[in-house]
Parts: sequence; structure tokens; C-alpha cells
Amino acid sequence: MTGEPLLRIERLCIRYGAREVLRSLSLEVARGEIVALMGPSGVGKTTALRAVAALQPFDEGSIVVDGLALHPGPVPPESRLVPLRRSVGFVFQGHALFEHLTALDNVTLALRYVLKKSRAASDGVATTLLASLDVGARAQALPAQLSGGEAQRVAIARALAPDPALLLMDEPTAALDPARRSALATTLRRLCDQGRSLLVATHDADFAAQADRVVTLS
Amino acid sequence: MIIRAASYRACRLALLCATGFAAQDHARDALVWGGDAEGGAPFVEADPANPAVVRGFDVEVAARIARGLGRDRGAQFLQVQWSNIDQSVERGDFTLGLSGVEDTPARRARHAVTIPYFEFREVLAVRPADSARVHGLADLRGRRVATLGATIAYDILLGAADSTGLIPISYDDDVHPYADLVQGRVDAVLLDHIIAQRALRRRGGTGFLILARPVAIGHYVGVLARADSALRDSIDAVLREAMRDGSLEQIFRRWNVWDDTQRPFFDRTLRATTAKAGPTGVGVPSVIAYLPSLARAAVVTLLVSFLSMALAVVVGLLLASLRLYAAGWLRGLATVYIEVIRGTPLLLQLFVIYYGVAAVVRLPAFLAAILALGLNYAAYEAEIYRGALESVPRPQLEAGRTLGFSELQILRLIRGPQALRYALAPMTNDFVALLKDSALVSVITVVELTKQTAIYATNIGSWVVPGLLCAAVYLAMSLPLARLARRLERRWRPA
Repeated sequence: MTGEPLLRIERLCIRYGAREVLRSLSLEVARGEIVALMGPSGVGKTTALRAVAALQPFDEGSIVVDGLALHPGPVPPESRLVPLRRSVGFVFQGHALFEHLTALDNVTLALRYVLKKSRAASDGVATTLLASLDVGARAQALPAQLSGGEAQRVAIARALAPDPALLLMDEPTAALDPARRSALATTLRRLCDQGRSLLVATHDADFAAQADRVVTLS
Repeated sequence: MIIRAASYRACRLALLCATGFAAQDHARDALVWGGDAEGGAPFVEADPANPAVVRGFDVEVAARIARGLGRDRGAQFLQVQWSNIDQSVERGDFTLGLSGVEDTPARRARHAVTIPYFEFREVLAVRPADSARVHGLADLRGRRVATLGATIAYDILLGAADSTGLIPISYDDDVHPYADLVQGRVDAVLLDHIIAQRALRRRGGTGFLILARPVAIGHYVGVLARADSALRDSIDAVLREAMRDGSLEQIFRRWNVWDDTQRPFFDRTLRATTAKAGPTGVGVPSVIAYLPSLARAAVVTLLVSFLSMALAVVVGLLLASLRLYAAGWLRGLATVYIEVIRGTPLLLQLFVIYYGVAAVVRLPAFLAAILALGLNYAAYEAEIYRGALESVPRPQLEAGRTLGFSELQILRLIRGPQALRYALAPMTNDFVALLKDSALVSVITVVELTKQTAIYATNIGSWVVPGLLCAAVYLAMSLPLARLARRLERRWRPA
């Protein structure tokens, strides 16, 4: 099984009515690999990530994540997606942090209520994660009190907290200045050295250049 | 030229007024009298043959008075709510109030009141099963006794509540007390014998019995503005004349209300120089005397409001969840409920819940009030919650999904808490509105703050002090709520 890619997308097609958003996308992401999904805006990068995360249906092709296959047609009920939710994390463009919770609580929420860890254990994991992403000092801040870069890193910590094998990131550099972009690339590399795979949708060529492999959509 | 002609006419009019032409002109005016056609026959009712015309013994008494005063155009009827007759006559809406208006010392103290023209008996009505046991108010300890609010009968019941321990229930009309007596919601009704006999006739003589021994004797009078005492004296003269010449007796006979007590009453009235009739033991209550009952009524208002709001929040959340999460017909059902409730008057819903379904479920008034208000406000709450839930950004919900939360967890941990902040301000608004709408429940016999104030105002004959007191109590209840909501909003608002 070690030779098996963590994510395999084959001939993925997604249409909105008559409009074809994605046509026959095929790609693989190996374990520990960073793959950048490049292409101009509107080419379907976000749509592809959403299909992998089972947030939207697709019309043709297949997606296999960590042995779990998704098929064309409606998105399966959440009860059947539990293994997928455990192995795939998602960092949204615009971070989508829970506005009513502090940075720390954003990160611990899934640990406590999905993975049923104790408050103390969850806090420990979250504190370590936030510190490793250089936002440990902002643990008690609400999302509205964070800068764009801080919010982005808290969102990454939140997605990483349940320890997913594959992290999907949608335009992670959109809100960052050049120095922060470079720092983020270093952080992502460190994450993958721990055996995690990354599929990053971006139109930032400099950032994509630091990935193991670039898949360009056109 | 036009200006000159107009000023000439004005001068001529002023001159004519000064020379007494106005007095002759007054005689050509109709006597405008106020009454409540909702009171129905035999007092005043809309003529079934021509609903634009009223009929009843009070209509004929008014016509007789107008004739006696030499008013060429007779008597002209003006509809007024029965409990507002005194205030309206003092305002000058009409000259004479007649509609089973009772003779009380309080009324005599504040208005110009005619001599009494009819003697009535306050009689008790009970269910046949109770007739052997109940002979008077003293036998009704702990029992619910109904009557029309702001009447002598209500004052008698309030007095008896202290001495005998009965529970007075006030109604806004004189039909439902008897309906509720038959259905067992109340145990007795105290009202004028004319009203009791009419109710019994309408029920085909069954359902309840009227006790023969009256609880008190009262009289109907006409009421005029205090400044109209000269006209009142003229009307008194007409009424005496009508007693002497038999025309009043004919009127009462036509309406089947003449009985053996009327002739001796006429004789007594004709002998007396000034009328001092009225039941004994009913005085003008002071402001202080009403404070405890106002406080009790305020507690009722608060209880009704809080319990209704709690129900509205629970049902509202359920409806909003159905609209957002349920499929097909359940969602449709929630939508229909919300539209029907929002599209129909709360008053109608109160009547339907209390009287309409009484044949199936006989709800106590307090429970019916909470149900009606709660279920009505639930429709509005549901729309607030739906809007608030929909304002939580979709990416946050998707983030929750990718983290493995169930839909219920997303609602409870992510969507709900944020929606609550959006909903807080409109919810506070709704609660303050509900606090005031709770006044409507008085139509189903729940005596809350506004109703108690109205009773108080009627008894002392002025709305100024009761109105100010009532407003102060409402404000005292609603302002802290608005303050609390503002504080919570500030605390929850992100920096």
C-alpha cells in the first residue's frame, strides 16, 4: 500500500448547467508530497479542492482519498464521510474562522467535540500547534482581532489539529505579504516532512515553485 | 364684494346668536345620544331588518326624551363602547349617554346624571346542579364568579372576594360569561336580570338557572357632561312626565322588561325631589386602594409575557430549523404556519384558542393566553432566527463540515451561537412588543395591567392618573430589558 498515492483524481468533470468548470482533471498526490494546483482565476482550482473535500458533487470521473472512493452524483451523507473527514483537512481562502470563538477555541473545537478529547488534552495540542505556526501569543484573540496572516495561520492550525493525512489549501498566500509567503512555504515544507501531503490551489507562481510538483489547469 | 357679503353674513349670525335665535335653532337639532349596540337587545341593538338603524328600549327612551325636549329631528344615535360612555359624554362626543348605564355614587359625583328610569336586579346564575347548594354570594367561596367588567356587579364581586373568598372574573362582554358558565369555566355569573334572562332565552331555557333572590338592586340612568346640568334637569322633567303618562311603561312593555317592581319604583321616583338611587356599599375608590390590584395585574402581565416568550422562542427555533433543514412537506408546513399566523390578527387567534376550540379542549384562560401569544410570536421569532441563522457565513459551516462536525453540532456549536447575536436585538424588540400585546388577553378574562387600569380608570372616571401609573409600570418592565439586550450586544460584539 505504501506505493499507493494518498489522493488520486481521474478524469474529473464538473459542470454548472451547460458551463463546464472542470474538464477531465487527473492528478495524484503521494504521501509527504506538496502539489501546487496552478492556473488563472476561474479555472476551477477551488472547485477541484471542494470536490475532493466532498463539499460539492461532480459529474464524471473518480476521486480516491486514502482508500475512500467518491463517485459522480450527489455528495454522500456526512455519516458516510467520516473516514474522509478524518484524513482530509481544508484551509479556506479567507480563513473562515468561527467568529464567536478565540483562536484557541477555533483549534480545539473539533478535538473536543469530534475526536472527544478532554479539554486539557485539546488545549495542549492546540497550544503546541499555534506556537509552531508562530501565533501562540494570539491564542485568546477573537478572529476579528487577528491580522490576515495571523488568521491564516490559525486556520491552518485548526485544519491540522485533527491530524489529517492530506491538507487542502485554497489560495493560502492571498492575504500575505512576500515575507509571510516565504515563511508559509517553509512552514508547509515542515508539515510535509512529518509525512503529510498537501494539495495547494494557488495562482502565485513563486509560491508554487516551492512545491514538489505543479499541476497547471488551463 | 364677496368679502363684504361674507362679513355681513357673519355679523348677522352673531347678532342672531345674541338675540336668542340660537336657542330656537338648538330645538331644531337632533338629540345626539351615545350607546353601545354591541350590548344588544333589549337595550340597543342593530335592527336585523335594517342594520343601519338601532332599536331597543334605550333607543325608544332616547326618542321619548328628544320629543319631550321638543327636538324636531328626534334622537340621533352614536355608537360608543359601553365602558367609554362616561368619558365620551364628558368629551362632548354626544349629549346623553344611555345604554343600561348604571346609577352609581361615583358617576353622580363626576357627571350630570338623570333620575333613574328603570330598576334592575343583580341576579346570580348557576348551573342546575349547583342550584340547591348556592343561594347567594356567601355560598361561592373559592368559586369563580363572572361578570361584566367596570359594573356595579363587578364591584360587588370585588367586595365579596374579600368577605366570602370568591374569585371575581371580569369579561368584556355579557354573552361569554354565560357560555363559560354552561361549559364549567366559571361557577356563577352575577349580572342584571335583563341580561341574565336574555342569555337564558338564547339558550332555550337550559344550561343554567337564575336565582330568584337578587344580590342587589340597581337603576339605569342617563348620563350627561357635568356642565350640562340644566339640560339634565329638563330631561328629568321629561322622564317624570313619561312615567306619569305611561309612555315609559309602554316602551318597557314593548320590550318585555316591564315587571311588578317598576310601578312602585316609578312612584318612589316621582315622589322624590332629587334622585339618590344606587346600590349601597359602593364608594369612590382612591388611588391607594387600587395600587395592590395594579401590582397584581403587573405580575400577571409579566408572567404571561415571560411564559409566552419562552414558548415563542422554543416553537420559533423549531419552525426556523424546519424551514432551513427539513425536506419537502415539513418545510412547507412550517412556511404555511408562519404565513397564516402572521397574516391573521392576534385577537382572532385568542378567540379561536379560547372560545373556538372550547367544544374540544376547554383551556383555562391563563393557559389559552400563553398559548395564543406564544404561538403567535413563534411565527415572528422563527423568521428572525431563520434570518439570523442564514447570516452566518457559509464557509464557516463548510469548515465545520470538513472538520467532521455533524449538522446538529454545527447548529449547536457554530451556527446557533453566532445567530443568537444577530437575533438578540430583534428578539428584544419582539419581547417589548409582546409585553404590550399581552394587554389583548383581557378579552379572554385574564385581568392584566391594561385591563386593571381600564377598570380603575372607569371607576374613578379619569384616565390621567391610571394611565400615567400604567405607562410607568410598562416602562419599568420594558426599559431594563432593552438595557440588558444592549449590554449583551456590546459584550458579544467583536472588538
